[in-house]
Amino acid sequence: MSIIYKARPTQHLGKPVKRKEDPKLITGRGLYVDDIKLPGMLYAAFLRSPYAHAKIKSIDVSKALRIPGVVAAYTGKDFRGKIGPIPTGWLLTGADLKVPEWPAVAYDKVRFAGEIVAVVVASDPYRARDALDAIEVDYEPLQAVVNVEDAIKPGAPQLHEGVPNNIAFRWRLKGGEDFEDISKKADKVIKQRMVNQRLIPSAMEPRGAVAEYNRYTGELTLWVTSQNPHVHRLLLSGILGIPENKLRVIAPDVGGGFGSKIPVYPLEAIVARLAMDLGRPVKYVETRRENFLGTIHGRDHVEYVEAAIKNDGTVLGLRVRTLANMGAYLSTAAPGVPTILFGTMLSGPYKIRSVDVEVTGVFTNTTPVDAYRGAGRPEATYILERVMDLVARELNMDPADVRRKNLIPEAPYTVVTGLTYDSGKYLEVFERALKIADYEGWRKRQIEARKEGRLIGIGIASYIEVCGLAPSRIARATGFGLGLWESAIVRVHPSGKVTVYTGTSPHGQGEDVAFAQIVAEELGVSTEDVEVIHGDTALVQFGMGTYGSRTTPVGGGAIALAARRVREKARKIAAALLEAREEDVVFEAGRFYVKGAPEKAVTIQQVALAAYTAEKLPPGVEPGLEATVFYDPENFTFPYGTHVCVVEIDRETGGVKILRYVAVDDAGIIVNPMLAEGQVIGGALQGIAQALYEEAIYDSSGNLLTAGFNDYMIPTAREAPKIESYFYETPSPHNPLGVKGIGETSTIASTPAVVNAVLDALAHLGVRHIDMPLLPSKIYKVLKEKEVG
Amino acid sequence: METLERVRITVRVNGKLYTHEVEPRLLLVHYIRDYLGLTGTHIGCDTSNCGACTVILNGRAVKSCTLYAFMADGGEILTIEGLEKDGKLHPIQEAFWENHALQCGFCTPGMIMTLYDFLQRNPKPNEEEVRRAIEGNLCRCTGYQNIVKAALWAAERMRGGGGGR
Ligand code: FES
Ligand code: FES
Repeated sequence: MSIIYKARPTQHLGKPVKRKEDPKLITGRGLYVDDIKLPGMLYAAFLRSPYAHAKIKSIDVSKALRIPGVVAAYTGKDFRGKIGPIPTGWLLTGADLKVPEWPAVAYDKVRFAGEIVAVVVASDPYRARDALDAIEVDYEPLQAVVNVEDAIKPGAPQLHEGVPNNIAFRWRLKGGEDFEDISKKADKVIKQRMVNQRLIPSAMEPRGAVAEYNRYTGELTLWVTSQNPHVHRLLLSGILGIPENKLRVIAPDVGGGFGSKIPVYPLEAIVARLAMDLGRPVKYVETRRENFLGTIHGRDHVEYVEAAIKNDGTVLGLRVRTLANMGAYLSTAAPGVPTILFGTMLSGPYKIRSVDVEVTGVFTNTTPVDAYRGAGRPEATYILERVMDLVARELNMDPADVRRKNLIPEAPYTVVTGLTYDSGKYLEVFERALKIADYEGWRKRQIEARKEGRLIGIGIASYIEVCGLAPSRIARATGFGLGLWESAIVRVHPSGKVTVYTGTSPHGQGEDVAFAQIVAEELGVSTEDVEVIHGDTALVQFGMGTYGSRTTPVGGGAIALAARRVREKARKIAAALLEAREEDVVFEAGRFYVKGAPEKAVTIQQVALAAYTAEKLPPGVEPGLEATVFYDPENFTFPYGTHVCVVEIDRETGGVKILRYVAVDDAGIIVNPMLAEGQVIGGALQGIAQALYEEAIYDSSGNLLTAGFNDYMIPTAREAPKIESYFYETPSPHNPLGVKGIGETSTIASTPAVVNAVLDALAHLGVRHIDMPLLPSKIYKVLKEKEVG
Repeated sequence: METLERVRITVRVNGKLYTHEVEPRLLLVHYIRDYLGLTGTHIGCDTSNCGACTVILNGRAVKSCTLYAFMADGGEILTIEGLEKDGKLHPIQEAFWENHALQCGFCTPGMIMTLYDFLQRNPKPNEEEVRRAIEGNLCRCTGYQNIVKAALWAAERMRGGGGGR
């Protein structure tokens, strides 16, 4: 791990401080939802539809009820009116969005395999499963449609009443010059259809919930696998009709999310309802198969891409027509992912003068999709970076030269889609990445290797990402259901120890220590003296949660501002203690002293005690030492960078081996390089997995063929290459820390870097494009064809 | 359905002896988690793929979601909770902390138990061997790089070397 360009010296930021949560997690003392056991707890199990599309004629639960230990059994009709429909939270302005009803438990029709049709509750989880087998359902199977291109054809099976042709929405964005006009100025227009296949997030911890209801106080407590407990509380309060102040949502330790633990799902609402009706705590945790069927999927686009180009490699304009598979219903943030988070990013780090994108959201008989790591931005970057390489092929140029021609040299820069990038030296970082990866050297080695019949390829991906998801004003203008600010309390105790309450809800990112570093930097305390509280709506004031790489820029920004407010109050108290004028008091490394007299100082700890003993407080200063901040940044942040990947293809098997992978990222000021590097490495493997291994596959009748780790190929340690991670710091002017966010960058960059490398290895054989995942079998077939042909 | 018959099992877990009557179909992982309250052993799948449930049974790493509890009768089990000695972390645990080998931590106990077995049998592994050893343990967060690093670091520590980055 190394920071190749450091923006400014800092005391605590930029240090690889070890994580605070690790001791409990490495000793098995974490507390995940499934670890919660309450007295008298009951266990729920869900019967899920084996059909992707069917009418439910009748359901008989009477036999299930006769099984010893079974306490209750319900069908969808029992929940009607008691659990409101699962809401869509991003109501996409100006797109004629259709939001069909998504019942928590299907009652008349099922629309994807895995949809819940009945619920049983028993005293023990094994009994609950037994009972599922005893439920009799009479289905009338209907023809299913799983593919977007088929779903919009006339005569296709229709999923929802009032949604003709299965079209959920059409969203269009035109920026800059008209594409038709610019095509006339172009030397060529190149076209390509490309598929961004459906992925399954596969957090290692399945989703689940435990609910406990106190009928005397009316309080409902819900432990949920959640990235955003306050959002869960808000939406569930609506779904269940419980006032928010009576609903407590706790995200204990959460075993990974990658977006899949943002949405509100039927399960949380069902478990809550059961606990209320039965007067006993209820738990449900999904199995892996249920996770694959019932938890959101990601990506799943078919793209028709046209690029207007000049013979010198300039890309003048892009026209993109996207069919986005939404699955059977619109999950919480789903409409915004293939539109706002995708279309606005289509000019990436390039000076493209025209972007014309139209996205058609389509319903199919598949699991709903939503935000999966990167959410929309990987799909946009994939198109752009494939286009850059296609241009290079078309014009016989080096792919690096095509990018040099088109890259924005530096920020600030406003692109035609309307975004203004904050800070960055795009070309400089690009050149550095190429140099570190020895791009020129590999090009030479590639030629040598080809002479020996070896297939080596070099792939580049430059990306920029809109993240630090925040300004409420912009979020609301796009139809997002909530503001996107973040809250923090920094509370200094009389002892001088600090507790931070953050509205973000980290679930593996290690923000406990990162936030402690931020407070340490601002207040001059040690990181050990800072404790961070998150994930419980009863403890934390409010917050939007952890996703979209917003936690450090927005959540960390709120904490920095709160700490600064604390410091200003402390300075007032220090001035009183030092019997000096406030303006003369200097703060340095945790001590206050009068300018020019550093030997006579009071520490922040002494000030804290004075703030609580409250005898020498200056007039107008309240006792106590804490500050609350609700922080709404003015703009997004824009991390960017360049990744370079070198691969070799095995001619015998078609297998791809990554020989070298270099990531150079500018995520602004790096708070903790150890954590940042961890995000880069883990994220890169997720993106590489899309390029090479992963794909959710449905058969034509809507069965998910990849419904477990046997068939859905998430990489193991043997597939994982070494990732070399470097950081270049240009502070973002959009938040008090100058940070940008790092959670998704390498998932975005790695997919096209790897695909470009593989196709580069095959380019001399005349291969132009292969759709992901680039499995050995696919490559082998292409190699055979080329050998024969 | 009638009540299923129960079998009596006795196991030593982390040095303590337990006797229970359990259903024959009870999985070992559920026995460990629900009967003994040792929730450090996690369940990540129902297909024996992920390794989150790995414990040491009679000296060898096993996936406890793949065995019935009665199959462990008379046996000795070590779980993640039993790894610390006299309040001191095991070198593998320390290695994970030191090398940032975990993010969400869900795969971590299983990963550590697999390595515990592996490093006893191969105290001086190379990187390739470590990768092969943890092939049956899935991690979605870390990209494995730091887990491999931690394993090599721990191996060196356990051989009496200084460890270190
Ligand atoms: S839970 Fe045992 S292998 Fe996944
Ligand atoms: S640390 Fe999250 S799955 Fe391994």
